Amino acid sequence: MKKILLATAALSLTAGMAFAEAHSKTVRMGTEGAYPPYNFINDAGEVDGFERELGDELCKRAELTCEWVKNDWDSIIPNLVSSNYDTIMAGMSITDERKEVVAFTQNYYPPTASAYVAASEDADIEGGVVAGQTATIQAGHVAESGATLIEFATPEETVAAVRNGEADAVFADKDYLVPIVEESGGELMFVGDDVPLGDGIGMALRQSDTELRDTFDAVITEMKEDGTLNTMLKKWFGDDTNTYE
Amino acid sequence: MFSFCTDPSLLNDWFWTACYLTTGVHMSFYMSFLKVLLLLAVTAPVALAFGFGGAMLARARFAPLSWVGKGYIALVRGVPDIAFFLFFVIALDQGIEYLRHKVLCSDWDMPIRQGSDFVVCQAAKMPLGNAAQWVHETYGFALAVFTFAIVFGAFAANVLFGAMRAVPRPQLETAEAYGMSHRQTFWRVLVPQMWVYALPGLSNLWMVLIKATPLLFLLGVEDIVYWARELGGTKTPRFTDYPHPDYRMWYFLALLVFYLLFTRISEVALDRLMKRLTRGQATTGGEAQRRAGA
Repeated sequence: MKKILLATAALSLTAGMAFAEAHSKTVRMGTEGAYPPYNFINDAGEVDGFERELGDELCKRAELTCEWVKNDWDSIIPNLVSSNYDTIMAGMSITDERKEVVAFTQNYYPPTASAYVAASEDADIEGGVVAGQTATIQAGHVAESGATLIEFATPEETVAAVRNGEADAVFADKDYLVPIVEESGGELMFVGDDVPLGDGIGMALRQSDTELRDTFDAVITEMKEDGTLNTMLKKWFGDDTNTYE
Repeated sequence: MFSFCTDPSLLNDWFWTACYLTTGVHMSFYMSFLKVLLLLAVTAPVALAFGFGGAMLARARFAPLSWVGKGYIALVRGVPDIAFFLFFVIALDQGIEYLRHKVLCSDWDMPIRQGSDFVVCQAAKMPLGNAAQWVHETYGFALAVFTFAIVFGAFAANVLFGAMRAVPRPQLETAEAYGMSHRQTFWRVLVPQMWVYALPGLSNLWMVLIKATPLLFLLGVEDIVYWARELGGTKTPRFTDYPHPDYRMWYFLALLVFYLLFTRISEVALDRLMKRLTRGQATTGGEAQRRAGA
């Protein structure tokens, strides 16, 4: 047993050395893959969506080799800080709490409106039961609003909770909810006013990774200035979405 | 996959279903079944080896060795699986990278821990940052096997420890009377006889292991439950050629059938194994077999 352990250890070390010479850095991009249109898994089983297209374009402009990695939302930040991947593009809003642990680029999506969706017009969004995804700014907002918060691991489940009557309403990014409401055939509807939350959506990186952050920051500025980011936003979120000046 | 799948919105139900079930994501779903079976096939013997080692240590006459064995059993059995899977795997991964970092990047001048960040040099990454995705997945899978083996090994160690003590004392005394050494008694008399006492406990562990695979997703390995949840979720026409309402019930129903079938097959196999192990043993079962044969 001991011999086997030693042999494997030696093997992995030498293999590492052999490969290390040829190393050119691949940037691994973490995402959730369950939050259309930001990111989702397409029919072919690949990561797709607004962030996939934007991320690929950013990497192309910055001349980086990038690779997409799926990770569960709950452990998406711990895995970033322990260097299992290098960036997060997963519809993650820039908030002060997250800034204590990770660094953000400037936003690539303007501050979002979040909205309530319910099965009936008279749903009680202030004192009733409201569903939200765990560890999101929306869940935080509901918890402070006085309504009873029930949390779910995935966005899908939050909507399902409204459909089956477990929750009176769901509170999430409006862009996520729009296609769902449109497709529901009148079963679901927006209630109450939109709530602006957070400082927009940005790419999260390790705080120690300042060089990479500056690179991506510069490319995002470039894409904002030449209008390509706005074109992409309109493509994925419709013509009346918020764009940059 | 099929040639008629180019425009799914025009197809009738049967063709639509055929196309839907053969998309790339569904292939990943089917692959995850193989992944789970492979995990079980690899983990079970490794865990059994861990268990055997643990039980041998716990029985050792040299006290410190026996403390190690008993400590392993008590510690791992006491920690909740989920905590173990979250904490241990990240710690193991960081431990490996830390060692490689020390060996490969001795000229590195930055601290490894920077605030909450764990940063090692590129060459020490495990697997390397530029490795193909399948290498990352294989590595994650290996970590999963190892972690499962440690957790289930502790339970198996306890079962085997008990089974070794259940072998009737006269059997061992007889061996000693024939002049066998301690080691000979252990391997030639004790071990062959203990399996029949261990099997009920081990078969329980196997059944629990079959159903513990959703823990895999904590390690980034996409198992059948992850895919069932992902595929079954509502799909709107904007993001897929195959829009559908919430199908999760059907997917989970398929999983239910899979698990039930697998449980049944395991039961049959374990029953046969039990019959074989009972043959010639000094137990009620063995005695009954002897009478029936006579």
